[in-house]
Amino acid sequence: MLGIESLTTRYGAITAVRDVELTVRAGEIVCLIGPNGAGKSTLLSTISGLLKPSTGRVVLDGNDVTGWAPDQMLRSGLALVPEHRRIFADFTVRENLMVGGVTQTASRREQLFDEITSLFPILKERLYTQAGFLSGGEAQQLAIGRALMSDPNVLLMDEPSLGLAPVLVDQVFELIGKLREGGRTLFVVEQNAQRMLSVADRAYVMRSGSIVTAGPAAELRGNEELFKTYLGRSGGAA
Amino acid sequence: MTELIQQIIDGLGRGGIYALLALGIAVIFGVMHLINFAHGELITVSAYSSYWLFSIGLDWWLIAPIIVVVALVTAVIIEFVAFRWVRGAPDFTMLMTSFGVHFLVQALFVMYVSANFRQFPRPEWIFATFRVGQLNLEIYDLTVIVITLLTLLATYLLLQRTMFGISLRAAAEDFDTARLMGIRSNRVIRSAFVLSGVLAGIAAVFWLMRSGQAGPTAGLSPMLKGVLAALIGGLGSLSGAVLGGFVLGLVEVLLISRLPSSIAGLTDGIVFLLIALLFVFRPQGLISVKHVERV
Repeated sequence: MLGIESLTTRYGAITAVRDVELTVRAGEIVCLIGPNGAGKSTLLSTISGLLKPSTGRVVLDGNDVTGWAPDQMLRSGLALVPEHRRIFADFTVRENLMVGGVTQTASRREQLFDEITSLFPILKERLYTQAGFLSGGEAQQLAIGRALMSDPNVLLMDEPSLGLAPVLVDQVFELIGKLREGGRTLFVVEQNAQRMLSVADRAYVMRSGSIVTAGPAAELRGNEELFKTYLGRSGGAA
Repeated sequence: MTELIQQIIDGLGRGGIYALLALGIAVIFGVMHLINFAHGELITVSAYSSYWLFSIGLDWWLIAPIIVVVALVTAVIIEFVAFRWVRGAPDFTMLMTSFGVHFLVQALFVMYVSANFRQFPRPEWIFATFRVGQLNLEIYDLTVIVITLLTLLATYLLLQRTMFGISLRAAAEDFDTARLMGIRSNRVIRSAFVLSGVLAGIAAVFWLMRSGQAGPTAGLSPMLKGVLAALIGGLGSLSGAVLGGFVLGLVEVLLISRLPSSIAGLTDGIVFLLIALLFVFRPQGLISVKHVERV
């Protein structure tokens, strides 16, 4: 479904992503874990088209989509829930969702809007609240709901649990489970490695711009050595 | 009292034109962080078009709508020819590009048309007045105020209620995230120029009805007023730009009517001084754009 082939992304003289190879198959939840500054967000930005890769290819559904603009990627069925959520703070919750559905026809947009507001009851209660006033958890739900408004086949998520209280982190992982049941393909970057590995099918571990380890999530989960070596702590975050 | 009310109406008429120009400048600043010093060229091109349209025998009723289309098309052409190529460049580069366009258009008119101003007729009713009680009102002022308010209302509804408006506002708030939502950069920036062109076109009609002349520098004064009004309002704030326009118009009229005739010629200078003082005490302009910290 999504294939990354020897992808390298540079910021000026700095190589943030180096020769990355990975695949995400249809219906899978694949996660990417690794310490801060490993290049995870840069990789997601490159896949979603915000950054242009220096070399390598991005393949989506068998088509070479390397260097496509973000709006083209979205129209091809790939959406990103960006790091720090990036909701439109001056907009109401409803308007945020509408922007997410900008590529849809008016009737389809209304239909998706109904589906998503029933998936996130809290958003339904706050439709006319200015999004800047939402709590972290609500804002995260809005960011995910907004991305789902484009009805993507592949959803990329950048640190969905970052900065959330533990009870909200639970909600996010519950939601990831729900999305899998809905048949979506997910590629998730997470700091919370242990939790993420418990819901993912497969995982890649990234460090200093390169993929250092990959494998089934269940296997990596039991690998104490991996956590000590690459994630810099035992067992990941709580 | 009567006099003051009359001055306020006069000021609102003048301010309405500034508000339309400032709003167009603020819309473009919102999506591309460009202070468009070439905005006045829309008026210059409109002025010459009016002159030519009169010379082939049209009257204001036909010329007015044509001018709006001319301004729109000119705005789109300027975006396509000049600003598209510096998009994403540092703000200073874009600023210089807008100066470049400003001087280039002037130079083209000087070289290929004439350096002299050309006159065309103003509408007969331009100075006509009618009495309401003690008030002596100009039809022109009232027309400007009514059309401006209708235009602002239409713009508000467009921005708030349509996907076109939501896309434009999304791009103004966070361009990259808007792109991630599927909003096309080219299209949203072009639509900002279309909107700013239409607003400038309506302003141009009123401005030209009053000035009745076309020259290479015809757009300079309206551009300055528009940029100033947008700055007074707090660049990037659309409601601020509108407010800034009306405030500027009112202040100008009240100053002109109160200053002794020996220094009335200094009105513009005094206005600039007041604006400088405003920025000393309120550098963000009248309405500050919130920069929500995204964490």
